[in-house]
Amino acid sequence: MAERLIEVNDLKVQFATEDGLVRAVDGVNFTLDRGEVLGIVGESGSGKSVTSMTLLGLTRDKNTRFEGEVLYKGRDVLSMNEEELQQVRGNEMAMIFQDPMTSLNPVYTIGDQICEAIQVHESVDKQAATRRSVELLRQVGIPNPESRVDDYPHQFSGGMRQRAMIAMALACNPDVLIADEPTTALDVTIQAQIIELIDRLKDEFNSAVILITHDLGVVADVADEIIVMYAGRVVEQAEKRQLFYDPQMPYTWGLLGSIPRLDRPRVERLHSIKGTPPSLINLPRGCKFRPRCPHAFDKCNEEPGLENRVEDPGHLDRCWLTVEEKRALRDRTILGDTEAA
Amino acid sequence: MAAFAVRRLLGAIIVLTVVSFVVFAIFILIPGGDPAQRIAGRTATQQNIENIRKAWGFDQAWYVQYGEMMKKLFNSLRPGYTSTYGELRSFTNQTNVVDQIRAGIPATFSLVIGAGIIWFVCGVLVGVIAAVTQGRWTDRTITIAALVGISMPVFWLGLLSRYVLAEGHPLTIFPDSGYVPLTQDPIQWGYHLLLPWLVLSILFIGFYGRVMRSSVLDTINEDYVRTARAKGLAPRRVLRRHVVRNSLIPVVTLFGLDFAATIGGGAILTEYVFQLNGVGQYAADNVSRLDLPPIMGVTLFGAFFIVLFSALVDLAYAWLDPRIRPT
Repeated sequence: MAERLIEVNDLKVQFATEDGLVRAVDGVNFTLDRGEVLGIVGESGSGKSVTSMTLLGLTRDKNTRFEGEVLYKGRDVLSMNEEELQQVRGNEMAMIFQDPMTSLNPVYTIGDQICEAIQVHESVDKQAATRRSVELLRQVGIPNPESRVDDYPHQFSGGMRQRAMIAMALACNPDVLIADEPTTALDVTIQAQIIELIDRLKDEFNSAVILITHDLGVVADVADEIIVMYAGRVVEQAEKRQLFYDPQMPYTWGLLGSIPRLDRPRVERLHSIKGTPPSLINLPRGCKFRPRCPHAFDKCNEEPGLENRVEDPGHLDRCWLTVEEKRALRDRTILGDTEAA
Repeated sequence: MAAFAVRRLLGAIIVLTVVSFVVFAIFILIPGGDPAQRIAGRTATQQNIENIRKAWGFDQAWYVQYGEMMKKLFNSLRPGYTSTYGELRSFTNQTNVVDQIRAGIPATFSLVIGAGIIWFVCGVLVGVIAAVTQGRWTDRTITIAALVGISMPVFWLGLLSRYVLAEGHPLTIFPDSGYVPLTQDPIQWGYHLLLPWLVLSILFIGFYGRVMRSSVLDTINEDYVRTARAKGLAPRRVLRRHVVRNSLIPVVTLFGLDFAATIGGGAILTEYVFQLNGVGQYAADNVSRLDLPPIMGVTLFGAFFIVLFSALVDLAYAWLDPRIRPT
């Protein structure tokens, strides 16, 4: 059994705003072991980014309230003070952000920014740090790292900047690498390369990865376990193969249906989930997906718990439909058959 | 770099030529601008005026007069050149314009450089403090103080502070006006300039504080600041290296231009109120006499510094922001 790195227990994150209390994350549980890749999938506003940033204490603010626990190797991140958090950030858990264009400081060289990440946690001189930066850039596949290390971010292409971000995140050999939509801002051809790189480096650096995305296609290759989030909740959680072959939640079907597929008959239009995610201030009663769900019925006015309803014991979902009903309905939804909706 | 210097030099020549033309044209066009009449005085006879007009060359075509004036100006700038008629001299008291400006430079530069340092440092500091304590009492106090500072005109604040704080008045903390050269007595120099520095800075501190505050608040939400925090940097270091450093870019641009404008004439009121005998005061005295040569000299002096500093601002900008550096 691999070492348990992260254990999130009933995490709630709420932001007090002028319009009311925003329940960004509302009771999330998951675990992450060394060597594992956890995919967190959901639309914008589903709470996936807030969850990941909370792991590093980056959502801390006077208007933010937390409940539950985020255990990193048994220590609760939520109750750490600022100094303890600084020790964890970058050193034990590192993060890669969505937009590599804006996530690097334009006024410092790539090398300076990687050195900064190294020197904040280790007492090495600038020369040694620079040598390591060059080595890291080589590992993430930057050509001529000896000269590119002195380049500024604007001299790098989008894909290269994301590689540089990855190099910076790996600078202190963290146990956990959190990638928040690492490929969203990149060309499709570069996306696969970046995901592959993250997967390969995870093994080289013996880390675990949390991969956050709105695109199930991105996590299809590399994730071991997948969590689907909606309105701050986990609505389905399963091992990857289970999730792709036996999805239980109509929301997951919607996500799956919106991936273009070559192995299925062509449909006129790609499926899209109708409507928009609910306001996190005034959540609908009962199942949070009910207003957008084509299969909602009376019972959905009561919220289903995250429970195991199928044969596979690790597969959890939040839907009142019986397994048989679901299996009959979902193929039509995924195929984009509008009659079903 | 060489190309930049050549381009800027050409630009400077064009700007200075245009400025000199405009100043000259204004003097030809304004009523009561006839210099012969002014030199001759109120009780002069028509013959007298005619003689002066001939002697000074005011009867010649305007472009001949303009060329003559520029030639005299260049002559005066040549080191070691002395000639009573070849130099640019005032119409009213025949003093050498370039010498007069040179005499005023130490006072003006002392005033503006000192005030510039004070307003830049204080403005940035105040702006950063207000931004990081956004919404709290420090921020509110600073905001109100900045508005009060911006609203106080120099002539009012200067006279009031002289009246209350300077020698011979209710609270004698400062000496009352005048300029003591730095080379003569550095302590008295600073002591005499302290009040003018503060008076000139206050308006700018308020303004720069506001600009810096909004710049910091913009920067603080940038993704790279979040990246810096995610790396595990201490909040102070994030603020200094990633927030303030990037927020300075717009403020430095502003500073270069304001500083140049202040050297080139923006300090006239302060110099006048505190009797510093600088270039600004020389300009004010001569504008009231409509004396063309000194006004031409002072205007070109100001224009020269504005051109020079806008070039320096571009250099500072490139130093602060690598994105606009030529590669």
